Amino acid sequence: MSTVLSALLAVNWISWVIGLPLTYTIAAFLSGARAGRMLALPALVLSLLAAVGLSARVLAQGPQRHMVGGWGAPLGIELYADGLACLMLLMTAAIGLFTGWYARHYFARQDTGATYFWPLTGFLLGAMNALYLSADVFNLYVTLELLGLAAVGLVALTGGAAALAAALRYLLAALAGSLMYLLGVALLYGAHGTLALAELGARLVPGPLAWTVIALMTLGLALKTALFPLHFWLPPAHGGAATPVSALLSALVIKASFYLLLRLWFEVFAPAVTIPAAQLLGVLGAGAILWGSWLALCQQKVKMIVAYSTVAQIGYLFLLFPLAAYAPGVESAWYGGVYQAVSHAFAKAAMFLAVGSMVLAAGREDIDQLDGISARLPLSLFSFALAGISLMGLPPSGGFIAKWLLLKAALAGGQWWWVVVMILGGLLTAAYLFRVLRHAFLPARRGKRFRALPPALELSAFGLALGSLALGLWASGPLALLRVGAPFAGASP
Amino acid sequence: MTWNEALLWLVLASSLITGLTIFFLPEERHRLRSTLNLAGAFAKLALIAIMLWGVLNEQQYETRYALLPGIDFALRADALAMLFVTLSAVLWLFTTIYAIGYLEGSPHRSRFFGFFSLCVTSTMGIAFAGNLFTFFLFYELLTLSTYPLVAHRGTDKALRAGNIYLGYTLAGGAVLLIGVIWLYSLLGNVEFAHGGVLSGLVPERHGELIVIFVLLIAGLGVKAALVPLHGWLPVAMVAPAPVSALLHAVAVVKAGAFGIVRVVYDVYGIEFAADLGLLLPLAIVASITIIYGSLRALAQDDLKRRLAFSTVSQVSYIALGVSLFGPIGTVGGLVHLVHQGIMKITLFFCAGNLAETLGIHKVSEMRGVGRRMPWTMAAFTVAAFGMIGVPPMAGFISKWYLGLGALNAQMPWVLGVLIASSVLNAAYFLPILYAAWFQPQRGPWPAEQPRGRFETDWRLLLPPLVTAALTLAVGLFAATLFSPLEWAQLIMTREYLR
Repeated sequence: MSTVLSALLAVNWISWVIGLPLTYTIAAFLSGARAGRMLALPALVLSLLAAVGLSARVLAQGPQRHMVGGWGAPLGIELYADGLACLMLLMTAAIGLFTGWYARHYFARQDTGATYFWPLTGFLLGAMNALYLSADVFNLYVTLELLGLAAVGLVALTGGAAALAAALRYLLAALAGSLMYLLGVALLYGAHGTLALAELGARLVPGPLAWTVIALMTLGLALKTALFPLHFWLPPAHGGAATPVSALLSALVIKASFYLLLRLWFEVFAPAVTIPAAQLLGVLGAGAILWGSWLALCQQKVKMIVAYSTVAQIGYLFLLFPLAAYAPGVESAWYGGVYQAVSHAFAKAAMFLAVGSMVLAAGREDIDQLDGISARLPLSLFSFALAGISLMGLPPSGGFIAKWLLLKAALAGGQWWWVVVMILGGLLTAAYLFRVLRHAFLPARRGKRFRALPPALELSAFGLALGSLALGLWASGPLALLRVGAPFAGASP
Repeated sequence: MTWNEALLWLVLASSLITGLTIFFLPEERHRLRSTLNLAGAFAKLALIAIMLWGVLNEQQYETRYALLPGIDFALRADALAMLFVTLSAVLWLFTTIYAIGYLEGSPHRSRFFGFFSLCVTSTMGIAFAGNLFTFFLFYELLTLSTYPLVAHRGTDKALRAGNIYLGYTLAGGAVLLIGVIWLYSLLGNVEFAHGGVLSGLVPERHGELIVIFVLLIAGLGVKAALVPLHGWLPVAMVAPAPVSALLHAVAVVKAGAFGIVRVVYDVYGIEFAADLGLLLPLAIVASITIIYGSLRALAQDDLKRRLAFSTVSQVSYIALGVSLFGPIGTVGGLVHLVHQGIMKITLFFCAGNLAETLGIHKVSEMRGVGRRMPWTMAAFTVAAFGMIGVPPMAGFISKWYLGLGALNAQMPWVLGVLIASSVLNAAYFLPILYAAWFQPQRGPWPAEQPRGRFETDWRLLLPPLVTAALTLAVGLFAATLFSPLEWAQLIMTREYLR
């Protein structure tokens, strides 16, 4: 038994984590939509197992480094997995799996876009996994670009004029973002002669060059993460896409650019960032929370409510930066921010999938067409509510743990104004989510007809909602993983 | 896991598992649903009986696991927890019987009973919470699980009431959360302990502690309906009668009051709270609430609204007892936690019976109803006399100890509040009794629907009769071993003479 376990631990999981989705992509592309659909679940399950394997290895042996083809930095491509990367990989794989299960049944009913959904999704997941494991800024650029292209392709999937317009807008924003990031990479390489994150962190000195680089890269990545006021591209892209795509984009894709920003700020920029810069990011985050929630409250289409909710929830992620700027709060802030990213992913994916089922059953997208849902799709509504609890930051949920850590950081650092923002944000979130629940609680109008849905559509959303609940009941596990290789010594939140 | 640890989980599970199962039961399986509900309620009572015996004999019941690094999810059963748990479990049983009869034939019963069970689970969790973090967890869960009950009927009025309820309780929860996290950031961990955990903190921090106390009490005061945070309670009256009974007697208002008890005794410590000068303001707020609630109750013609304002007033007796420094006041406050529950649930059961059987919603429609529904009105009368504080009923015991406690704490003015409140209680209850028993019926009942062989369905009649009998019994037999009064004295000795 123990020999099997140690043999399993010794597997080079990093290669599997990246290789599996890419192999699946090629297979799905070559053999068409039917085969793509059939192969999806096995491939997604295997990806999840690979991520679990890698996480187990990182937990047992500490951060893992892998040199592709035996060439190390600065010449070759170096891959690096610490707790943070593993948690992101696990999140990606788990959400990919449930969304894939949903998509199998979702696309079985409507044909538009089914052909390219599978290869594009495989590509998206592969690019994302590669991004989380990359350890140099240029490789990160490449994966970021690939991820952006796959995401744009997925938005365009449904084909209508609105979808194409949204995809085009998304494409322009994504390209502008990566261009700024690439400029930063070029400046860094010119000045320090290396691309590796670890070495750049050691060599960066405060000065005009460093500040230009920080400004460029942060701006580019903030655009890609849709930080207020650069969120203009997000709602049409996320709200208008096919439901499984919305879930993938809102839950996962924006987290990739945020992850990159987090890595850069803590591991490369740390010596040169200033408190005002961090506070500025926080102010934008606060703007996102309040403005995004307000806009969510004003929407008539259910999926747009959920999309604007993403704009608002991104704001919490950016509060991490000012909260971590003062020593007493740094650990809680970092753990809280990352936990918020993960919890939001589960909750938002669950919510998009649940809302997608409601829209599918009712045949209409407007919030006032949701009457009768509570009787007809109780499980979907329950999933929506569970996910909503997490977004509101109420216990028991991952969102509550994240908010607890962030609030603790704010109080420890004496930054009470962020406390006010977070509390207000939570109440606004409750306002727009209960608005949906209230409409769904209304008895069905006379003669209203619903489409029957396969149970898998409801169950997959429920699974993700349970995930967001589990994150709130057992936070010590994910946090222990996160501690491996965290950017501060011996820390716990 | 030891048997004592398992007991705590089992008490939670007996309603949690029932609730979750019921959610997935098809609507028409009402026999199975009722069986499950009652089995859960009886199982819970049996488990609690074992624990009561154990706690009396100094058994330790505690279980915990690390939810966050350094922060535990902790359940612990001490004497105070058992007081609240026993009250909730007993009243849950009767409310379940009542609700089964009340909701017969109405839609969405699986949803209703599912959330109903979740609500009781949250109440149990609030009682067993071993630290402030766990308490907060269940406190918010209670908010979430009661919302669907308040909005249950799905009418515009019910949904609006649900909104108002949520607005108040979520805002209260947010304020509470700030206080809780602030305290955690000062101490690292806030376990409940007899005599409090804060007195060791350096004096420079005392200013912060006062602010935190205000935040905590404001957050808890929303659910405990302290004036001016009581606005949700009368509005929430649109909910079905079993829900009103539950909100008013067992779950929501009591969760707030119980939280205040925990914060004052087991976080701050009564002596430390007195040293900080926090008790007098609390006593003043409680007194204002008592008088204000009674005054508003006088003016209500809607029976349930009159009872609601009466709740606003009566629940604050608990906060008042807590704020009276000294063992006798403590006993008065704690015993009222139970007594108010028993009396108020009786009144709401009766109000529900009148509405369901005869369509009576207003006090002015109650003339002569004593002859039509003698048993219901007898129960109502017992509970109303109890509320007024007529010996030997439950309410008399509470008021007696509160009065003595006030004198002991050198706050004689509280006696004036108690007397004024009793006079007002009489002023809004006696006219109801007079109309029901001594005035002749005028015209037909608003909407009469005969139910069953008795004056109404037996499932609607039995619960108020039992709770009315309890109102009498806890007063008459106040000196026996497991009476609420004796138990409150046990808590007091463990709290003061640690």
